[in-house]
Amino acid sequence: MLMILASGSIYCYPQVAETNMHIVVVGLSHKTAPIEIREKLSFPSQTIGEPLNRLCSSYGINEGVIISTCNRVEVFAVTREFEKGLWQVKKFLSDYHNIPLQELDEHLYSHTSEDAVKHLFRVCSGLDSMVLGEPQILGQAKDSYGYSLQHHTAGVIINKLFHKAFSVAKRIRTETKIGSNAVSISYAAVELAKKIFSSLTDKTVMLIGAGEMAELAAKHLLSNGVQEILVANRTYEKAVEMARGFKGTPIMFREFTHYLKRVDIVIVSTAAPKYIIHPEQIEDVIKERKNRPMFFIDISVPRNVDPQINNIDNIYLYNVDDLQGVVAANLKERAKEAQAAEAIINEEIDKFYRWVKSLDVVPTIVALKKRFEDIRKGEIEKALSMMNALNEKDKEAIDAMTKAIINKIVHNPVAHLKKETDKVEGDFYIEAARRLFDLDKEEEQELPKTKEEG
Amino acid sequence: MNIIFFYITVIAYLLATFISIAYLIFHNDKVIKVANSAILAGFVFHTLTIISRWFEASRAPFANLHEVLSLFSWMVVIIYLLIYLRYKVAVIGTFVAPLAFLLITTASFLPKEIIPLAPSLESYWLPIHVSLAFLGNGFFAMTFLLGIMYLIQEHYLKSRKVGGLYFLLPSLDILDELSYKCLTYGFPLLTIAMITGAIWAEYVWGSYWSWEPRQTWSLITWFLYAALLHGRLTVGWRGRKAAIYSIVSFLILVGSFAMIKIFSWGAHAVFK
Repeated sequence: MLMILASGSIYCYPQVAETNMHIVVVGLSHKTAPIEIREKLSFPSQTIGEPLNRLCSSYGINEGVIISTCNRVEVFAVTREFEKGLWQVKKFLSDYHNIPLQELDEHLYSHTSEDAVKHLFRVCSGLDSMVLGEPQILGQAKDSYGYSLQHHTAGVIINKLFHKAFSVAKRIRTETKIGSNAVSISYAAVELAKKIFSSLTDKTVMLIGAGEMAELAAKHLLSNGVQEILVANRTYEKAVEMARGFKGTPIMFREFTHYLKRVDIVIVSTAAPKYIIHPEQIEDVIKERKNRPMFFIDISVPRNVDPQINNIDNIYLYNVDDLQGVVAANLKERAKEAQAAEAIINEEIDKFYRWVKSLDVVPTIVALKKRFEDIRKGEIEKALSMMNALNEKDKEAIDAMTKAIINKIVHNPVAHLKKETDKVEGDFYIEAARRLFDLDKEEEQELPKTKEEG
Repeated sequence: MNIIFFYITVIAYLLATFISIAYLIFHNDKVIKVANSAILAGFVFHTLTIISRWFEASRAPFANLHEVLSLFSWMVVIIYLLIYLRYKVAVIGTFVAPLAFLLITTASFLPKEIIPLAPSLESYWLPIHVSLAFLGNGFFAMTFLLGIMYLIQEHYLKSRKVGGLYFLLPSLDILDELSYKCLTYGFPLLTIAMITGAIWAEYVWGSYWSWEPRQTWSLITWFLYAALLHGRLTVGWRGRKAAIYSIVSFLILVGSFAMIKIFSWGAHAVFK
């Protein structure tokens, strides 16, 4: 809390004051700009301090955050006048990277106020990402906000805005299934395995051959708790080496069929030009297994597993195309969840703006006075009910006296609030008053965890 | 009073059915919670229905067809609730709700008056026999629903075109395991129900076994489920085969029960 108050706009010096703060964003992403433009506009994190300070020393800009990833560059700023602010941010981007604004403009999008807030919430929740609902962007946004704290370009509004954005992203992740269906082939294989076996902890995997996707799938299965991994490779040394990586058991390639009966999941990825697993073979295996199901993942091209085995009861076979189909279906399911996520975002924007509005000085003063008056009334009632000896006149006198005390106490804070509100630090005074006297008690309060992030 | 509770129950199960369908369409986790609350509410009123009818009839309300169908529906729901407590597979509720609704709606079309039992039938064996029989049937109904769910999920996985219910249904393994568990409960219950039925028959008619249609058909059902249990335990029947078998067996069970009631065959028809 102290850190927030202190971290304010030391470098963002007060400009001409107006009453309201505006949040603006100017940015470009994979949707609006090709990689050639995006890389020109990126801000390396090692040297982010300089652009941040330059941004905040622009006229009319009080606070700022720059999010720069390979897919997007977003500049968030808090300004007193949003048209000038927007223009300043654009000018900053163009000046800093030495690209004429005309050239840049067609790739840039900009949002102000509610739309800017909504944009940040959507970005952090992965709704604006190339792969819908991907989680990395949240971490990148947290880092970017951290840089702003470090370089003192985050003030009270940015603090609240970003903390809110992170909590919204978290809420969306827990309340919707936006991130729950796999969008990579190797992970899709794991999910299918879970739809067949439920628990993977007592399952055995056999990896035949090598290859990036196959090894990745094996790794995912391992991290999902499979009991054992058998590794077969035409070159036994390679099998030994890979097995070491998976803490698995190497087996001789020509013997892999003998092991099939104790294996639940088979990942095949060899360079063999023909089928190496045949239906007759598998029919025997499944009989020996007493029909306990088997899941075959054939990642090899040309295919190594005869597709006929899928017709055998309790055998499930997926090749690369099938897995790709699963990924496509998962993305469709994510799009469905995205609708629920948008609803959450709209709800949270309302909450956020209720807070922004509370930073206005008038309602704060009203609430402050009401708070004192409530305390006074409560205490005086309690006290008077015990003082039966007093007559009406005495009671009135006591009442008047307490009123006078309250008015004197309240007078100075109110006067300062009114005076300071015309300055940039006004928001800090208002925020401090609201916290010190618990004026937001009825509303949901999320205290920013500045220490962790900063 | 029991009639009022009864209709509240019908409405609750109807709502649960609609909400369940909404869940299957929209995939929203909040919806399934609402559906399960509706089932729970229905169950509470259903229990009140049975208790109040018990008092109003001054006997166990397990005699006429209206009563036993209501009991059957109640058994299915309580078994589901127990499974839910243990395994937390809420999606089963979306299949239980329509079945509970179907059973109780059928009951609602049947004569609901409380008819006193013939004194010859009054015995404490009646509630024991009937409740055990329908608890067993409740488990078999569950294997039927789980079988359907298994076939749906298996179809998605086999056809390699995932989508729709694939995302909602649990794994094949869980469905198969639950179905097996239900069978291991249902089968002994059916066995005990047949024994208590025979004792009661002896008490009322003076003969343990008279090959009347109800008895014959329960014996047939008993053999069907005995074969399934045997197949599962020794031959390794599971998955698709066991699912189809569970579905067919339950349809035979329900079909024979309906036939006997409709055509009033045999001694059990006295309760009609």
